[in-house]
Amino acid sequence: MRGTLSDRMGAALLMAPLLLFLILAYAWPFLGVVKWSFTLPTPGLGQYHALLTDELVQSVFIRTLRIAAIVTVVSVTAAYAITVVWVRGSPVQRVLAEFCILVPFWISVLTRAFGWVALLSNRGLINTWLQSIGFISEPLTLVRNEFGVIVGMSHFLIPFAVFPLASAMRSLDERVLLAARGLGSSRMRTFWTVFVPMTRSGIIGSALITFVFSLGFFVTPAILGGGRSVMIAELIYLRIFQSPDWGLGAAISVVLVVFVGALMALLFRYVKPKQLV
Amino acid sequence: MQQPGRAAEIKANGIGKSFGSFRALDNLTLDIGRGEFLTLLGPSGSGKTTFLMILAGFVQPSEGKLFSDGVDITHRPAEQRAAGMVFQGYALFPHMSVEQNIAFPLKVRKKSASEIKSRVGEMVERVGLRGHEKKLPSQLSGGQQQRVALARALVFEPGVLLLDEPFSALDKSLRGQMQAEMKRLHQETGTTFVFVTHDQSEALALSSRVAIFNHGKLLQVGRPDEVYDRPANRFVAEFLGEINMLPVKGVRPADNGATGLCEDRAVNMRCKAEAIKGDAILAIRPEDMSIAPEASVNQNGIAATAIASTYLGAATKLDLTTRQGAKVTVSVPNEVAAAALSNGNSVWLTWPAEKGFLLPDGGQ
Repeated sequence: MRGTLSDRMGAALLMAPLLLFLILAYAWPFLGVVKWSFTLPTPGLGQYHALLTDELVQSVFIRTLRIAAIVTVVSVTAAYAITVVWVRGSPVQRVLAEFCILVPFWISVLTRAFGWVALLSNRGLINTWLQSIGFISEPLTLVRNEFGVIVGMSHFLIPFAVFPLASAMRSLDERVLLAARGLGSSRMRTFWTVFVPMTRSGIIGSALITFVFSLGFFVTPAILGGGRSVMIAELIYLRIFQSPDWGLGAAISVVLVVFVGALMALLFRYVKPKQLV
Repeated sequence: MQQPGRAAEIKANGIGKSFGSFRALDNLTLDIGRGEFLTLLGPSGSGKTTFLMILAGFVQPSEGKLFSDGVDITHRPAEQRAAGMVFQGYALFPHMSVEQNIAFPLKVRKKSASEIKSRVGEMVERVGLRGHEKKLPSQLSGGQQQRVALARALVFEPGVLLLDEPFSALDKSLRGQMQAEMKRLHQETGTTFVFVTHDQSEALALSSRVAIFNHGKLLQVGRPDEVYDRPANRFVAEFLGEINMLPVKGVRPADNGATGLCEDRAVNMRCKAEAIKGDAILAIRPEDMSIAPEASVNQNGIAATAIASTYLGAATKLDLTTRQGAKVTVSVPNEVAAAALSNGNSVWLTWPAEKGFLLPDGGQ
């Protein structure tokens, strides 16, 4: 939409408070972090060099990417199924799906993480139930490891993965699906060869959002990982708050922000912002 | 390329469809012959599209039965009916190339790669899309997309091709071109075509038979000239083209037809009046009426006053009012119209006895 000059002035004025807040609360402090990464403890590229050689940092990076990738696949798959029901189900199914999508937004991330601990821990609901029916004798390790982190993060991210998919499914022309059936294609085949490819932009948007969110997760991995499955955000926290290694923490932060920025740029090449809500 | 054996013969028997309290289609019985080009014509909401969707299998009828070549297919799902369908807006697969779109129904039918290749190639040739095979639908013009839709619907040699207002998105010149092309494809494939439109000139130009719908009811089926010249009722008469309605009093059978009083003058009609006695409506197409300088005893005619004229190039359309206030439109040669208007606008309207038909007074 291209408005007149005064329209654009109006829009700029309306956006100004948010922009100002973002500059003061995020951009300016972040420049400070960038500065630390080049100056602490001594000026130079030392921390970036350490980042490339430090095995612990590298293993955390790799674990973070791995968890983010698995969480993305799990979340987008689950979200796809829910969204199909939400957008194309019967009226009752739609209401149920909407409930499942919206309720998680009302519960804090912390509450949900502890909820999963109660379900997944050695003496949690799942293990005691499985033991009581004699399915297992020793409790399964479901939490304080990567599995628990993946479960908790996926649960948190599924609702976010839903919206780009719903937007793609809603804009799909119903007649194209009818056409496929009329040409002899079974429902299954129509779903895989027509419906899924036609929602491609939604899948890309959904996957990138989930992946980017996963990279910066802190609370869920900290609680459900139990210190054994440390991700990037927790590592930064440990470097800054529990060791005097501010420079390295800052360098990791900068790398994370640049990486996420690059992913977001990629995201907006594939999907328009309005398709994400 | 005539393949009449493949064309399907369809029988609809007492088909009805209700959506809640809305009666979309009521007790429809219709035979569609092998290889015929049948047009379903009617205003929007008349039930023509509902019937097409029932034929395709996308909509289940509330009652009645549907037979294809004598087999009951009422409850057969769309994907097993093997009817080709061209949708309004084409409904091409946007993520597939022209070639892939056309190959889709063959792939579904698990044809061999070599057969798919040769049949797609043949179809691309036939609809004139050579050179566009690798393009996506979004890279094609409206007319080209239309051709892809036709090719995709015909490539698996369906027994029947269903077309839902396929030309509504095209401009007028392209429309004419596509109509000609569709007629050619019908002749080449010999398949049964069922075509939905609300454009009566399109229906008359293309079809071997026209079925006219209104308010969920099938009103009349017949050859284009039959429904145009002898409409079953007033709605059909008016829907198929402009028509003049003149009240006639005291209709009774006479030699060779019927006779009655129109605006206090005796008029003769060649049409039969068995069912109609007393007061009726005489319906005459504008092109069947002409203007004479003065009354003639041997010819049907009434006095009228010209109130407006519209120059149409090849002819002039004159709007007139009769002495008793009926509105009449005639299409006459330009010089006749000019003469009529220069003569104080008072004219004599005439028509031959064999033109026009009688409809019950006031009724539908």
